[in-house]
Amino acid sequence: MRPTDIGNPDYFHQVVDCQWACPAHTPVPEYIRLIAAGRHDDAYMVNWVSNVFPGILGRTCDRPCEPACRRGRVEENNGEKPEPVAICRLKRVCADHKQDVRARMPKIAARNGFRIACVGAGPSALTVARDLAPLGYQLTIFDADPKAGGFMRTQVPRFRLPEAVIDEETGYVLDLGVEFRSATRIDSLKDLLAQGYDAVFIGSGAPRGRNLDLPGRSEAAANIHLGIDWLASVSFQHIDKIGRRVIVLGGGNTAMDCCRTARRLGGEDVKVIVRSGFAEMKASPWEKEDAQHEGIPILNYLVPKSFEHDQGRLTGMHFEKVRAELDAKGRRTLVPTGEPLLLVECDDVLIAVGQENAFPFIERDIGIEFDEWNMPVVDKVTLQSTLPKVFFGGDAAFGPKNIIWAVAHGHEAAISIDRMLAALDIHQRPAPTVNLLSQKMGIHEWVYDNEVARDERYSVPWAAKELTLKSVKVEVELGFDLATAIKEASRCLNCDVQTVFSREVCIECDACVDICPMDCISFTLNGDEATLRQTLTAPALNLSQSLYVSDLVKTGRVMVKDEDVCLHCGLCAERCPTGAWDMQKFLIEMTHAGTGCGGGHTQRKAA
Amino acid sequence: MFCGTAIGMASSASVNSTSTIACKIALIAPAGANLGNPMTYLAKPKLHHPSLTQNKVCHNRRDYEGRISSLCAGCGHDSISAAIIQACFEMDVEPHRVAKLSGIGCSSKTPDYFLGNSHGFNTVHGRMPSVLTGANLANRGLLYLGVSGDGDSASIGIGQFAHVMRRGVNMTYIVENNGVYGLTKGQFSATADQGSKSKKGAINTDTPIDMISLALQMGASFVARSFSGDKQQLVPLIKAAIAHQGAAFIDVISPCVTFNNHPGSTKSYDYVREHNEAVNRVDFIPPRAEIVVDYAEGEVVEVEQHDGSVLLLRKAHGAHDVHDRIAAMNYVATHQAKGEVLTGLLYVDDEAVDLHHHLNTIDAPLFSLGVAELCPGPAVLAKINAGLR
Ligand SMILES: Cc1cc2nc3c(=O)[nH]c(=O)nc-3n(C[C@H](O)[C@H](O)[C@H](O)COP(=O)(O)OP(=O)(O)OC[C@H]3O[C@@H](n4cnc5c(N)ncnc54)[C@H](O)[C@@H]3O)c2cc1C
Ligand SMILES: Cc1ncc(C[n+]2csc(CCOP(=O)(O)OP(=O)(O)O)c2C)c(N)n1
Ligand code: SF4
Ligand code: SF4
Ligand SMILES: [Mg+2]
Repeated sequence: MRPTDIGNPDYFHQVVDCQWACPAHTPVPEYIRLIAAGRHDDAYMVNWVSNVFPGILGRTCDRPCEPACRRGRVEENNGEKPEPVAICRLKRVCADHKQDVRARMPKIAARNGFRIACVGAGPSALTVARDLAPLGYQLTIFDADPKAGGFMRTQVPRFRLPEAVIDEETGYVLDLGVEFRSATRIDSLKDLLAQGYDAVFIGSGAPRGRNLDLPGRSEAAANIHLGIDWLASVSFQHIDKIGRRVIVLGGGNTAMDCCRTARRLGGEDVKVIVRSGFAEMKASPWEKEDAQHEGIPILNYLVPKSFEHDQGRLTGMHFEKVRAELDAKGRRTLVPTGEPLLLVECDDVLIAVGQENAFPFIERDIGIEFDEWNMPVVDKVTLQSTLPKVFFGGDAAFGPKNIIWAVAHGHEAAISIDRMLAALDIHQRPAPTVNLLSQKMGIHEWVYDNEVARDERYSVPWAAKELTLKSVKVEVELGFDLATAIKEASRCLNCDVQTVFSREVCIECDACVDICPMDCISFTLNGDEATLRQTLTAPALNLSQSLYVSDLVKTGRVMVKDEDVCLHCGLCAERCPTGAWDMQKFLIEMTHAGTGCGGGHTQRKAA
Repeated sequence: MFCGTAIGMASSASVNSTSTIACKIALIAPAGANLGNPMTYLAKPKLHHPSLTQNKVCHNRRDYEGRISSLCAGCGHDSISAAIIQACFEMDVEPHRVAKLSGIGCSSKTPDYFLGNSHGFNTVHGRMPSVLTGANLANRGLLYLGVSGDGDSASIGIGQFAHVMRRGVNMTYIVENNGVYGLTKGQFSATADQGSKSKKGAINTDTPIDMISLALQMGASFVARSFSGDKQQLVPLIKAAIAHQGAAFIDVISPCVTFNNHPGSTKSYDYVREHNEAVNRVDFIPPRAEIVVDYAEGEVVEVEQHDGSVLLLRKAHGAHDVHDRIAAMNYVATHQAKGEVLTGLLYVDDEAVDLHHHLNTIDAPLFSLGVAELCPGPAVLAKINAGLR
């Protein structure tokens, strides 16, 4: 193998599994250490810079970082149940415990003359505004709803996300001199463009709930609701009750929010019914657990067949029982078992079987190309549409995802807009800022806490069920208390503190090989990657994790370190007599719109 | 731009071992799991690689570790500890069936850093061999590991060393040879080569003692030399020595990074790597295991030991007959004169017998005998007395 180029920012970035997995590349271990140190304001700002909604995301994020977290891998075969660090819920801790951070919000530069419109006030558009407004751009956000936040406000139920948190965090953005035109639906993009905006960002989401057109659908319509419309109505307090027996159709997160909301509005007998198997459901495991915890059964392998009704009143639904089989091509298919249809009685049905995009306000003759699925053609990197000044992001760009992806799109679109208006090539993306700093303080002392805690993952305490099931407004999760937060934070392995090897000073004494608790380090003859992976001190079978390979050491061998299960404990560096190993903190910050990206307040629109 | 990014770089949080066979002599009960750590170092995290496997006695390799080493970082002795851990794991050794004995010195401290669940005894300087002999006589049922230094064995303890070899005590005796008294800050030991230079620049004028030659002469029945920086060679040698039923001696060159790893030293990492002449490579095949290594005829010598284990010797250097004690002595002396450090298995007696054999002791460990066996009564006494008349 060729020697690893640690000068490439991606190399060490990938070692920080959580940060690499986070669409907005939040410096996770950095903020976790700040929380452990009680520096909640700092931890909050580290988050805010990257992901704009720490308090909201600390309660609702889809947390792609957690399945990626190294902690889960190093605990494998070392205890009962391997679990990642509770990264998401630690984020909430700094949001809960910070002081007033308003003074730390960006200063707003003098207006640069450029005007930018955003359609929708969801997380993607708010991120565009957050990144561009401080640079001097004049932002106008339009939303059909009365308040900002998009689906974070209208879909995510209040028992998961209190109104005050949304007000606070959308407020930090709107306070940056952004004009918010609430309750203003854009009916024609053509008209909007005619108002002379220099760029338009479309963050209108994926607002349409998919219907289930089965026999009885129209006859019993009064008691059959589209999940996302129904959740929005609950959120706007247009709906405050539901029948005693409720069926929720669908296995995604929307279904989970629907069933749990129904439980709080009078649904005593609420069931989730899914076509596929329990394991194949789209909902995150923790969402399923939360629903089950509230006494909501999930019935699987049942395909809905018809709505039953009596004189216009819904009475129940028929389901066909199926089982999963592999077809000739090895694909999973659902095959009827042949048993008689199952009748499930109910008073209301909530349909949560998917969401669709809709762009009724975009004329098809203004230069924005749509594909065969009626989705706008959008560049994956720049988020630009085929009409150069129009950009898409969030659920509107590539279909329904989640908040953190919407934020990531917002950052990228802001960079594109900023560069475009500075007359720079928007396909050229700004490099991140990288800092590599030794953590050595003394022979056995490091700036970071290198002791590896053996604690198992702590769970977040919940308010009593008797309380939470009474109202949609009572928040279920209480958040970690500070003492538990510090213990959970100590489970973090500080994966951003990198093991950096200097082969010039290595004397090949094997001290690092012998001390490494995870058998990560080998000195061996070089070979191709496949061979090396099999012949190291411990086999390196996780192909998604890199091998760190040095140039030749004195005996003509190479040092190979498998990054996979490194604990970042620094013992290699402590045992190295020559300092060939050092622990260096790798801080990588994504460059957002602004001078660093080539645009920013130095540009001024020609009068 | 963002005030929030004004966060500095230094923003990190600163934040059983009970033996089934009780020994009647003073074998210190094993310390058990890592107790608190007096040094500022962290204990080595207990987490291990997910792929770590267990051996036949249900231990993984990490179970053979001891406390975290307090030796200088990079000390060759730590590598030898790692090799002992690896060998004991691979040999399915039951930790409570091992007694580790040592004298004084950095090397003699190392038994604290491996086999944390085994018995241990630190003797006074240079006296490990006699305590080991006594322990072995009292309880022949344990596996004896003598761990010592060149100062401990060649300087102050040379007399004891000679006798333990002469007597053929069944043990694995490892000298961690760095040519200096590491613990007392680097004075030349009796194995330092004539003409070699100390860290401060002094030249050693005394004739060195070659532990290998001495062991051969004193009658050790398994004699090998290795290098702490070559575990591939060292681990199988330790395994073979453990299987050997007699006095097994391994001289392991083990650089002292702090006091004897400079130019002018003949025990430094660089010097040993440059002058290392491996006589052979040993593959250790446990008793009854199938020999699957294939080799061209004449290239490999098979040596079967008493316990049925087989040593496959791949010859690397000249034609040396490992069964010939006198040839081995000549061989070692010739290469030494050329400034070469011969490593590998140098001599083995596959018919070796040990002290218990010489003394014709019974198979049961002596400590297990009760009053009835030890004091058989007046009738037996009378018979013995009659025999002496
Ligand atoms: C029930 C449910 C629960 C969810 N829970 C989570 C969760 O826990 N965690 C998570 O990460 N994600 C969750 N999501 C997904 C998440 O809410 C979305 O992915 C995210 O909000 C998308 O952001 P966005 O910027 O694309 O805009 P959206 O949040 O979708 O907002 C779009 C906004 O645009 C407005 N708009 C649309 N058209 C126009 C127009 N023509 N004129 C003016 N305004 C317009 C809408 O009123 C809306 O306010 C959930 C989704 C649903 C349906
Ligand atoms: C009777 C006695 N004399 C002298 C000493 C001082 N002393 C302690 S260790 C040591 C030498 C150890 O050398 P070696 O066995 O080579 O061990 P190393 O530290 O080099 O591994 C000496 C002379 C002592 N402890 N006891
Ligand atoms: S252990 Fe910490 S730094 Fe490593 S992936 Fe998990 S949260 Fe991130
Ligand atoms: S002084 Fe020498 S022998 Fe002793 S621990 Fe340090 S390096 Fe090892
Ligand atoms: Mg010594």
